[in-house]
Amino acid sequence: MSTKADSWGSRVGLILAMAGNAVGLGNFLRFPVQAVQNGGGAFIIPYLICFLVMGIPLLFIEWSSGRFGGRTGNHSTPYILDSMVKGRIWKYIGVFGIFTNIAVAAYYCYIESWTMSYVYHTLIGTFDGMSQANVAGFFNSYVDVAHSTTGIPYESVVFYIICLVLNTFILSKGLGGIEKVAKIGMPLLILFGVVLAVRGLTLGTSGASEIFPDANAWDGLNFLWTPQYDSLTSPKVWLAAAGQIFFTLSVGMGTIHCYAAYVRSKDDIALNAVSAGFMNEFVEVVLGSLIVIPIAAGYLGLDWVIQNAGFGMAFQTMPYLFQQWGPSLAIIAGVCWFGLLFFAGITSSLAMGTPWMGFMQDEFGWTKNKGAWSFGALVLVMGLPTVIFYKEGLFDQYDYWAGTVSLVVFAFLETILFSYIFGIKKGWAEINMGADIKIPGFYKYIILIVTPALLGWVLISSIPDWIEKIKDSDTNNKEWFASEFYAENFVDTDKIVDKSIFNELKNQSGKIVEVNNQFVKIEFVNYKKIFDKETEKTKEIIFTDFKEYSFDADKNQIVTVVKGDVVKPNDVIATGDFTNNTLYKFSGRMLLLSLFAFISLIVYFAYKKRVREGRATA
Amino acid sequence: MNTSALITMICAQGIVVSFAVYFFYKVLTIPSKQEPDSYSENDEELVRQHEEK
Repeated sequence: MSTKADSWGSRVGLILAMAGNAVGLGNFLRFPVQAVQNGGGAFIIPYLICFLVMGIPLLFIEWSSGRFGGRTGNHSTPYILDSMVKGRIWKYIGVFGIFTNIAVAAYYCYIESWTMSYVYHTLIGTFDGMSQANVAGFFNSYVDVAHSTTGIPYESVVFYIICLVLNTFILSKGLGGIEKVAKIGMPLLILFGVVLAVRGLTLGTSGASEIFPDANAWDGLNFLWTPQYDSLTSPKVWLAAAGQIFFTLSVGMGTIHCYAAYVRSKDDIALNAVSAGFMNEFVEVVLGSLIVIPIAAGYLGLDWVIQNAGFGMAFQTMPYLFQQWGPSLAIIAGVCWFGLLFFAGITSSLAMGTPWMGFMQDEFGWTKNKGAWSFGALVLVMGLPTVIFYKEGLFDQYDYWAGTVSLVVFAFLETILFSYIFGIKKGWAEINMGADIKIPGFYKYIILIVTPALLGWVLISSIPDWIEKIKDSDTNNKEWFASEFYAENFVDTDKIVDKSIFNELKNQSGKIVEVNNQFVKIEFVNYKKIFDKETEKTKEIIFTDFKEYSFDADKNQIVTVVKGDVVKPNDVIATGDFTNNTLYKFSGRMLLLSLFAFISLIVYFAYKKRVREGRATA
Repeated sequence: MNTSALITMICAQGIVVSFAVYFFYKVLTIPSKQEPDSYSENDEELVRQHEEK
């Protein structure tokens, strides 16, 4: 069954929507952090090579597969893949292209709702006069569902629902609604990004303070861009570069297929694909590198950045840094920063709704309205647990299994399908059909050999990490319900490079320095990376660190150690009734599995319906 | 900024900006295909690419 298909208003609108789909929070937060952690300026070389030999080919594969499927009235991956080859299994592989989107939207909308909320808090002056610790503390309070920062009960849930309703409403307007948001959102995002990037480029040493006298934005830029050529021979750096390219382009999700499925056969996809891809790279390499790292280094110093670079900087650090610009500029900068993140987020989350809507319209004749609101309901059901149990680690499970693993698995399988089962000859012809540019012939061989090999390497390299995640290796409190609480590891020794520091820290232990019935503070030796200006390289040093545990008297939890005790990881430090995070993490994995099974079942019903109507492929 | 960092930054960003601008310029300037095409807003435009034979 097929109802009248939606269509794009203009080619520029399609490219902006596609670029908006790719441009996400990772462009501003993940890319600079990856660059900092993987050799600064040298990271850009493997990064750009991976873009050319993995990113662009994957864009070609997904755009052309989508357009091919759209020709037979299929607008989502189950039946796009099914239309490409014979074999019943491929439509179930295509389930990834709907599953990933719903699961990622579930937690992505939560981050998006933070950006909305932070724009609001910036405007009402919540962060005025706050210290860095208070700004970080505000975020921790915000994600604690029971706590309200504005007086609105369950504030984080309320903002999440507002954000989801907004997404659903826009989706209910179809491609036209998505295109309008992209046409407004992308230019605004670039404008906001340019304003902040100019500040990052010109901050210099003017942000140095008594607490951070050596703070210098140029140090951040130097560190980010000075090539360290020895890191080019490190497989770890290449793996990180391949991973970053993969995630930044939103490939392996099924959204590109869906958008491209509304393009007619005679219209170009080759130029569209590279244009959207390079637009994403502009936002990432130019704007993404000039905001967070230099601004943070300009106020807090490079060593702080190296030690703390991560996703949390966006919400836990940036509002404090903007306060240093004075009250008026702080509001402008805050609105620019969180507005930029909001537009980066919403253009991506809208794309995540289209595969489900396309599938239900193609197979069951659902209207845009019905498709959009059912998507919203599914995301709400899947997303509320991530909001409520954010601190228990459920959110991270979604991010890992849906936002990371399933992307790699699906991209690898679709590449094999395209190159070896559909066949590179047909595939190459499909890519070039109606093309407005001439694609160099060697790309045919890159798609055939290099792209699958790189993806296979990324996939195989990540398998040991999957096992660690399933085994909950990151905690010593593995039982769901326990009567004893064990001390966690003090240091992640696997990441230590310096052997002498590794030898010093491998037998981890800590000393109890503060204690009462429901609180323990442990002193231990930790390590951190700092930048050595003489050698212009990072080095590891050790320092005294502290770890705190708080327990709940209502659950009969009571500390069993006393001041001066020496404890090691896995030693009992408290007794009582404990519900450990492993329960929530396991529940998260089961929720994701249930979602996959649910979508597979719907695909099965659609298949049965097609059989009844005589439309099923052999 | 030190010289090598400045050169790396300008080269990397220059390459990315050049390609992004070049491809987007092509998108804006290449005439549409003959109707019916994929886009609804250009139905009134007269300048189009010739049909391939």
